[in-house]
Amino acid sequence: MKTTEIKSILQQLTSVPALSGYESRLHETLNALWQPYLDQTSISRVGSYHALRYGKAAEPRPRLMLTGHMDTIGLMVNRIQDGFLRLTAIGGIDARLLPGQMVTVHGKREIPAMIVQPPPFLLPKEFQTNPVPLQHLWADCGLSADQARQQIQIGDLVTFDQAFLELNNDIVASPGLDNRASLAALTVCIQELTKHQPLWDSWFVASVQEEETQVGALSSAFQIQPHLAIVIDVTFANSPGSPPHKTYPLGKGITLGWGAAVHPYLYNSFKDLADQLEIPYKLEPMPRRSGTDADSLQTVAQGIPTMVIGIPLRYMHSAVEMVSLKDIQRVARLMVEFIDRLDVDYLEKIKWDETN
Amino acid sequence: MGRNQLNQTLPAFGAAQIRLLEKLSNAQAVSGDEGEVRKIVLENIRPNVDELRVDALGNVLAIKRGSADSRLKVMIAAHMDEVGFMLTAEEDKEEGYYRFEVIGGIDPRYIVGKVIKMSHQELYGVIGSKPIHLTPPEERKNLLGIDSLRIDFGSTSNKAKIGDRATFSTRFQKIGDLLRGKALDDRLGVAILIELLKYSYPHLDILAAFTVQEEVGLRGAKVAAYALNPQVGLVLDCTPAYDLPLEVEDSEPPPENSRYNTKLGRGPAIYLADRETLSDPRWIAHLVQTAEELQLPYQFRQPGGGGTDAGSIHLQRSGIPSISLSIPGRYIHTPAALASFVDWKNTFHLAYSALQRLTANIFTQER
Amino acid sequence: MKELIQTLVETNSPSGYENAVRQLIRQKIEPWVNEIKVDALGNLLGIRKNPNAPKIMLVAHMDEIGIMATHVDSKGFIRFIPLGGVYPHHCVGGRVRFLNGVAGVIGVEKLSNPQELPSLEKMFIDVGAVDAKSCPIKIGDVAAFERPFLDLGKRWVSKAMDDRIGVAVLIETLQSLHQSAFEIYAVFSVQEEVGVRGATTAAFGIAPDLGLAIDVTATGDTPKGNKMEVELGKGPAIKIRDAGMLADPRIIKWMIQTAEKASLPYQREILEFGGTDGRAVQLSRSGVPTGVLSIPCRYVHAPSEMVDRDDVLNAVRLLTELLNNPPNLEFSA
Repeated sequence: MKTTEIKSILQQLTSVPALSGYESRLHETLNALWQPYLDQTSISRVGSYHALRYGKAAEPRPRLMLTGHMDTIGLMVNRIQDGFLRLTAIGGIDARLLPGQMVTVHGKREIPAMIVQPPPFLLPKEFQTNPVPLQHLWADCGLSADQARQQIQIGDLVTFDQAFLELNNDIVASPGLDNRASLAALTVCIQELTKHQPLWDSWFVASVQEEETQVGALSSAFQIQPHLAIVIDVTFANSPGSPPHKTYPLGKGITLGWGAAVHPYLYNSFKDLADQLEIPYKLEPMPRRSGTDADSLQTVAQGIPTMVIGIPLRYMHSAVEMVSLKDIQRVARLMVEFIDRLDVDYLEKIKWDETN
Repeated sequence: MGRNQLNQTLPAFGAAQIRLLEKLSNAQAVSGDEGEVRKIVLENIRPNVDELRVDALGNVLAIKRGSADSRLKVMIAAHMDEVGFMLTAEEDKEEGYYRFEVIGGIDPRYIVGKVIKMSHQELYGVIGSKPIHLTPPEERKNLLGIDSLRIDFGSTSNKAKIGDRATFSTRFQKIGDLLRGKALDDRLGVAILIELLKYSYPHLDILAAFTVQEEVGLRGAKVAAYALNPQVGLVLDCTPAYDLPLEVEDSEPPPENSRYNTKLGRGPAIYLADRETLSDPRWIAHLVQTAEELQLPYQFRQPGGGGTDAGSIHLQRSGIPSISLSIPGRYIHTPAALASFVDWKNTFHLAYSALQRLTANIFTQER
Repeated sequence: MKELIQTLVETNSPSGYENAVRQLIRQKIEPWVNEIKVDALGNLLGIRKNPNAPKIMLVAHMDEIGIMATHVDSKGFIRFIPLGGVYPHHCVGGRVRFLNGVAGVIGVEKLSNPQELPSLEKMFIDVGAVDAKSCPIKIGDVAAFERPFLDLGKRWVSKAMDDRIGVAVLIETLQSLHQSAFEIYAVFSVQEEVGVRGATTAAFGIAPDLGLAIDVTATGDTPKGNKMEVELGKGPAIKIRDAGMLADPRIIKWMIQTAEKASLPYQREILEFGGTDGRAVQLSRSGVPTGVLSIPCRYVHAPSEMVDRDDVLNAVRLLTELLNNPPNLEFSA
C-alpha cells in the first residue's frame, strides 16, 4: 500500500481520541477500516476490538494473535474550583509539556480549553522558577464557576487539541500516534492480507488500557488462547537529548524486540524474514521487560510465545508525536509475509532447542 | 527412635550432589536464556519422571506420579535463571567496548573490576574503570553507575553482538564446608529438586517446575503453576544471609544485628512472609513439625521484603497454598555467593521428609 | 447496624490471619445465603442462588493492616514489619494486640533529631517482657492495632473501618435484600492490604459476569488534607479511577443512574493513590466489567478511621438498588 493511503488511514485513526478506559469511541472507526476485510468482529468484555480472519488449513487450526493497543494517554478532570479545572493524568505524562497546551474538555459538550500555569507569585515557592507539577496547573475554559459546574463533571476526559500535521518525507506528527501508528500497520496488514490465503487463523486485536493496567491484552489473550502472539507498539526514535544507545533512527526501519519477553525462535523467524525481504530493522534489546502489552500477554494462562515489533516514534507521550509512514509500511509488510508463510507445523518447530 | 536411627532413613547427599551443583553453578542461564541449565536438568531428571515437557516460556515441567489411590498434587519449583548482563549497544567498534544493562538485582558497586563471560561462547570481557592515579580523591566518592561502565573485549575481532547475555565468570569451589560460586541462587534449589525426583512419594503427585525468569518478576512460575494446576506449592530457593557484624558504635553493650534475614549454618530457612507472599500457616506448621520430629535444624527467614516464585504460584487459578523453603546464602547476586554444605543438605532432607509425610488432611482445615 | 460494625472492627484479623473475622462473618451471613464456601486462601464466599441470572461478584475485604514480628532481642524487645500500609506517624505510642492475646506498646529508638519522623525500622514493640526468654512473642507472630470503637453520633470511629465497614455494608445488604436481578457471590476477601491477593483467586474461581468492590476511599475535607472532592457525609462515592484501575464506564453509568433514580446521594470519586479489590476482579480471566462503591473515610490506615453514619446507610440502600436494577453492558460510542 502506498504511503499516501497509509496517511489517510492514520488520519482517520488519530481523529478519534480514545483515552485508556474509554476506547469505545474507536469501535466505529475500526468497524469501517477492518470489518469489510475480515470474517468476524466482536468486542471483548472490557472493550478490546477483536477481528478474525479464518485460515484455510483444516480444523483445528492454530491461532495467531496480532495486537496493538488502541488507548492513548490524556487527562481527566479531577477537581473544579471557581470555573478552573484541576487535572489528573491518564497514562504517563511529563507535566513540563503541558503549559500552553490546547485541550478539549469532553463535558456535556466539547469545550475548548488551555492548560496554564499560575504566575510565579501564586505558586508554592519551590515551583516559582522550576517546572510546575500537574497538581498546580489549571485548565482554563473561560467559563464562570456556575457554567463550569453545569457543563463539566469530575471524571470528564480531557484530550490534546492538536491537528494531524504532515511534514516532509512521509513524516507526520499528531497526538495519539502511540499507538495508532501500530493500528495503522495492522489495518494495512488486514487489507493487504486479502490478496493471500494464510493457513492459520489470524486474530487482530486492538487492546484497551495498555497505558494503565494492560487489562486489554491480558483478557484478550485469555479469551483467544492464541498459539503465538505478536505485539506491535511504538518505540523510541532518536531525537535531540534522547540517549543515542536507547533510540532508533526515524524512517530508517523498524525494531525487532529481543529479551525475556520475546521467544528467541520467533525473533529469529522475523529476523530471517526481514533479511530476506530487505526490510531494514534493528535489534531492540529488552533486558528485563519490554514495556509493552507483551509483558502481560506472555504469561497469560499456560504462557504464549510472544514477539514484539517496534515502530520508531519521536516525542512519545506528547501532543506532537512523530512517525514515518515508511516504517508503518514496513511493519505491515513484514506481518503480511509472516502470516502468509506460517506452516501448520510451525508450532512443532518453535520448541526450545534442548527439548529433544 | 533416636536421632541416628532417624537419620539413617534419609537419602544420601554428598559428593555426587556437589558435582552436580558445580556443573549447575558454572552453567550460564541469565533470565530469558536458561538453555544451558535446562539441558542439565532435562538430562538428569528424564529417567525419574513420568511426564516431561518444556513450555512456551522455557520452563521445564515434570510430573512424577505416586502409587496410592488418592494423591495430593504438590508443585515444587526452583528457578533456573540467574542475574546477569546484556549487551545493549556497541560503543566503539575499534576498541571493542559495549554498553550493557543488568538483568535482575545486581548492586553496581559489585561489578567494577570484574571479569564477565559471555553465554554460549568462550568469550571473556572485563568491566574496568579509570585508574586510581587519574581519579581525584573527591571523585572516588562517586558511584560508578552502569551508564558510566562498559564491557571491554579488548579486541575488535570478538564474536559478541548486541542482545547477547553474560554472567560473572566465577568458577564453583568447595572451601571446607562452604560452597562458593555464582548463581547459587537458585542452583542450590535446582539441584535439590533434581535429587527429590529420584525418590518415590506414594501419596503425592509431584509436579516439578524448573522455572525461568524468576529474577525479572517471577514470570515463569506464573504460567507453570497455571499449567500444572497443583493443590499446594513448595518453592525451593536461596535467600540472603545478612549475618554480618554491625558497625561498632559507641553504644554499650555492642548493638545486636536484628536484620540478619537468615544466618549461615543455622539450617534451612522457612519463610513466614515476604513482599509477595504470606506463607500458608498449614505449610509452616508442617515444615516445623517435620524438622522437630526428625531433629533437623531449621530457622525462620525473617519476615520482610524480597520475593520468590511462591508469589506467583499462590495466586494462580483459585489459589494455591504455598510456602518457600530456602538455603541461606551470603552475597547472592554478586560474583560469588557463599553457602553452607550442611544447610544445603539439611534443606534437602527437610524437603524430602516433609514431602514423605505430607497428606491432603493438612490442607482440609481452613487456613 | 452499629453493633454489627463494632463487633467487626474490634475483631483482630490482619492480612493472612483472617480466621477470627471469618468465623464472625460466616455466622452473620449464614441465614441470608444459600451456600457458604471457604477457598484455598481463606476467602469466605456467600452465594445467593439465582440460576440463569448474571453472576455478580460483590467483594469487601475482611483483612486489616497490622504488623508481624521479625526479631526478639536479648531484652525482649520486638522488631516488626508492617502487614499492609502502616505509616510511622501513626505508630509511636500506639498499642497493638497479638493474636495470642498479648498486648504491647510501640516504642522508638532515641532520635538524633527529635523533629524527624522515624522509620518503622527504628521502632519496636514492648510487651513488658524482661528478656528474650520471658517474651511470649516469637518471629512471625502477628498483631493488629488496638483501638476500640467510638460513637461520635453522626460519625463512627475505629481502627479497621478499612474495610470492615464494607463488610458491614455487604452483610446488611444481604440481610435486607429480598430479591435480586443477579446470582450474588458475596466475597469477604483476604489479603487485600498486601496486594489484592484474595480477590485475585476468588475472581478466578467465580468467573463473574460483573464485579463490584465495596471499600473505603479517602476524603479531601480535612485541614490541608488530600486534594480531592470527596467529603464525609455527602453520600457514598462512585469510583471513576484510582491508582490501581479505571472503573468500567458502563458500571459507573449504571451506578450513577441508579442512585439518581432512587434519589440517593452520591459523589464522583477520583483517588490519585491506592487501589482496591476491584482491580483484581477487572483483570481476571477474559476481563470483568467492574466498579467500586466507596464509603468515604477520613484518616485511612490510621488507628482511628472515621466514617459517616448516613454514608454507610446510603451505601446499603444504593447497593440494594443496584442489585435490583441490572446494567446495560453495551458499549456506547
